Amino acid sequence: MNVTVTVNGQETTHDVEPRLLLVHYLRDVLGLTGTHWGCDTSNCGACTVWLDGLPTKSCTCLAVMADGHEVTTVEGLGEDGALDPLQQGFVEQHGLQCGFCTPGMLLTGRWLLNHDPDPDEATIRLAISGNICRCTGYENIVRAVRWAAEHPDGSGSGDGAAAGADITQEATA
Amino acid sequence: MTTTDAPMADVSRSPGGNPLGFGRMLRKEDARFVRGHGTYIDDVNLHGMLHGAVLRSPLAHARIVSIDTSAAEAHPKVKAVLTGAVLETLGLAWMPTLSGDVQSVLATDKVRFQGQEVAFVVAEDRYSARDALELIDVEYEPLPAVVDARRALDPDAPVIRDDLEGRTDNHIYDWEAGDEAKCDEVFRSAEVVVAQDMIYPRVHPAPLETCGSVAHMDKITGKLTMYTTTQAPHAHRTIYALVAGLPEQKIQVISPDIGGGFGNKVGIYPGYVCSIVGSIVTGAPVKWVEDRSENLMSTSFARDYHMHGEIAATREGKILGLRVNVLADHGAFNGVAQPTKFPAGFFHIFTGSYDYAAAHCKVTAVYSNKAPGGVAYACSFRITEAVYLVERMMSCLADELGVDAAELRMRNLLRPEQFPYTTPTGWEYDSGDYPRALREAMRIAGYDELRAEQAARRARAAASSTAESAGGAAAEPLMGIGVSFFTEGVGAGPRKHMDILGLGMADGCELRVHPTGKAQLRLSVQTQGQGHETTFAQIVSHVLGLPPEDIEVIHGDTDNTPFGLGTYGSRSTPVSGAAAAVAAQRVKEKARLIAAAALECSPDDLEWELGRWFVKGDPEQGKTIAEVALASHGSLELPEGVEGHLDASVVYNPPNLTYPFGAYICVVDVDPGTGVVKVRRFIAVDDCGPRINPMIVEGQVHGGLADGVGMALMQVIAFDGDGNNLGGSFMDYLLPTSMECPSWELGQTVTPSPHHPIGVKGVGESATVGSPAAVVNAVVDALQIRHADMPLTPAAVWRATQGRPLRPDLAIE
Repeated sequence: MNVTVTVNGQETTHDVEPRLLLVHYLRDVLGLTGTHWGCDTSNCGACTVWLDGLPTKSCTCLAVMADGHEVTTVEGLGEDGALDPLQQGFVEQHGLQCGFCTPGMLLTGRWLLNHDPDPDEATIRLAISGNICRCTGYENIVRAVRWAAEHPDGSGSGDGAAAGADITQEATA
Repeated sequence: MTTTDAPMADVSRSPGGNPLGFGRMLRKEDARFVRGHGTYIDDVNLHGMLHGAVLRSPLAHARIVSIDTSAAEAHPKVKAVLTGAVLETLGLAWMPTLSGDVQSVLATDKVRFQGQEVAFVVAEDRYSARDALELIDVEYEPLPAVVDARRALDPDAPVIRDDLEGRTDNHIYDWEAGDEAKCDEVFRSAEVVVAQDMIYPRVHPAPLETCGSVAHMDKITGKLTMYTTTQAPHAHRTIYALVAGLPEQKIQVISPDIGGGFGNKVGIYPGYVCSIVGSIVTGAPVKWVEDRSENLMSTSFARDYHMHGEIAATREGKILGLRVNVLADHGAFNGVAQPTKFPAGFFHIFTGSYDYAAAHCKVTAVYSNKAPGGVAYACSFRITEAVYLVERMMSCLADELGVDAAELRMRNLLRPEQFPYTTPTGWEYDSGDYPRALREAMRIAGYDELRAEQAARRARAAASSTAESAGGAAAEPLMGIGVSFFTEGVGAGPRKHMDILGLGMADGCELRVHPTGKAQLRLSVQTQGQGHETTFAQIVSHVLGLPPEDIEVIHGDTDNTPFGLGTYGSRSTPVSGAAAAVAAQRVKEKARLIAAAALECSPDDLEWELGRWFVKGDPEQGKTIAEVALASHGSLELPEGVEGHLDASVVYNPPNLTYPFGAYICVVDVDPGTGVVKVRRFIAVDDCGPRINPMIVEGQVHGGLADGVGMALMQVIAFDGDGNNLGGSFMDYLLPTSMECPSWELGQTVTPSPHHPIGVKGVGESATVGSPAAVVNAVVDALQIRHADMPLTPAAVWRATQGRPLRPDLAIE
């Protein structure tokens, strides 16, 4: 059946099986592989995207349920090629290691900041408690969200600036 | 964060603002990951690619009567169906394990654990492949299952491995270390002996990315390109050559971005082999990516050690001896990944951080109807189990003697002047200052204040319990303080002692400085999130003074990197990091000869400053590495015996392991009504020598601490009496979230390794190894009992308070 979904601002229409999961629609049909498939049971949050602006686990959501709705993935974060301050915060605070949970964490964290621009540690921990990270022990993810709250314009700390500079160059290339 | 004795700050900065050498540097790899542009295995898509799916056994032990694949083959989108019978015709139904056993690729005779691979479907898309699995009809004749390792050697136990000729029981090996007679003598004359049973339950590393592969056999060139989730791409290439008889020069193993490994991605799984055969049969690339349940039920588990420990001491608390008997459950195939000469891994480092007159350990391993594996999950080849044993025994002894747990450890820790120290089981610890690390952890924790708070709380509880009997208020949380001290041996290892399947555990490295002074470093190891692209550039920068942003690290591709055994057991920095440092040193020395030729002086007249050789007494006259690089590729007449270009190739054979250590303190609050354990604080002081990138080291420690909290409080792969896996999804196999983890408090001391070229030690697994005992010791301290087995779920805590602290029945609950 046909589904029409606005993904990262672009409207797309595809003929899909009714059983196709949203995560596989995004990954296999649209080629947006930043959204990851981690557990099938809504526990890990690696597949978190926004459905009409609300964090949603796309492994337990059918593509047809997104018909007529808006989806935002990690590829849709940031504007004009620049990093979202939260993406920069993850770099600055070493909020990622293997990077597999990162897209889901970013979408959850950005949603939190949009609704609470200055969250305290307890609020951040509660917000990301549906996203599992196996590498960081969460500490630096909390710090990354705090960094983004404190740097709403996303300007880097200047500490080890090369990685940040590389990112900017890649983003504008 | 509190630090002491931080390594000397390196104030030199590159044009990009990075430290020239050691120091905090943001990661190069993050640019792709924060954009969702990483390339994990399921992101690899080749033209014309097909999709594979594995049919798995629903039973733990059963004879296969028949397999009917005709309906699956008739599915319009199915391209091939593989069974054990098909693989048998290719000689691929069985494959060697990393422990010299064999493992079924697709079952031919019996299934031996729930989730075992029975058939493989190749179809046009992943959903059709799954659909076709439903169309395969397998008739099983159920057999009684061996689930409880303690029953595996019973005379009437069903024989699991009747595929092995002459096999009449489920015994795998007995292995021991230490001096048993001397140990017995010490115990006979000791004033105090404390004994304790404990289980280190079966857990699973559960990296967030599951395992998978994309195999492409090009029939025209005869080349196999294998994209796969492997921590050890070169070892995989050699094993594929040995297993499948494929010519090794025509196998390229590419390990793309890995979404976490933790030892789960060291071995070769049947799905990998099936994707290769699927590609050979269909002529198309075949992708296979397991789902979460498949990952938890069939890939390498960790631990499953039933331990009986005994510690001997004087009445004053001087420890004298330690002995332990272990029953190791290895599952249906002995697929343990560890050096060949050590079937129980490095468990015999179990004497830990203390001095003894004697020690002895014995390990008996058995088969059971569970998934194979055993060495995984950041365990440093079973040092996790060893540290847990000794640190639990120390706390049991403290309890017996009525001595503070930290004080007892302080009295018995090895002293700095004892290094290098040879343990009763033959390890040679390279360097350490253990009391300093424990003092630092106690300082950060405010240990005396914590004990005072605990005493005050207990006094209040005692008073209120008197009041409660007269209708007083509800009890407040029980506060517990747990201490652990660990020593690890990481960086396997010296080739004469350590190999895996005959492959010595050395690692190669190649450094090429291009004409413009930019460099490429090619590594045999493979990151799974540890940040090698950044850290290894910093190692070269530290030696050569090149900006780390100018050094590209290339890894994870066997066609483009030198041979080596890969990343696990915290071995990358100790072994491959040493190779990188030596390669940089060789480039530096070659640069000296070329600089001398360019400057028309003797090499002896040159002096080094970071990044540049210059003439002694005339600092203006000099050549930077970049200038030398250009000269080395140009027309400069080179000295006799000096080849052109500026590069070096190294194979590093470590002379010994490196021995990182640390002191951990955990503070918990236990709700006496519900049994819920809340980790209030966790203090971790790690000593891994100088820290190449402190930010990355701290991240490694953070992650390991979360693992420790998870294992101590919630993670377990349990089975019912029929061998059904009760931890087959994240709904049942609980992992710590941000809510269960406290804000970690880290500290450090710095004791360089005397034999590593840049003094560093491994750290990737330290916190996973050291932290579970601290958490359990804290809970036991809160409950004021001798012992309680992990995982300390609310129900387990309640059972422990009811006098049932042991969980030997864990597997069959």
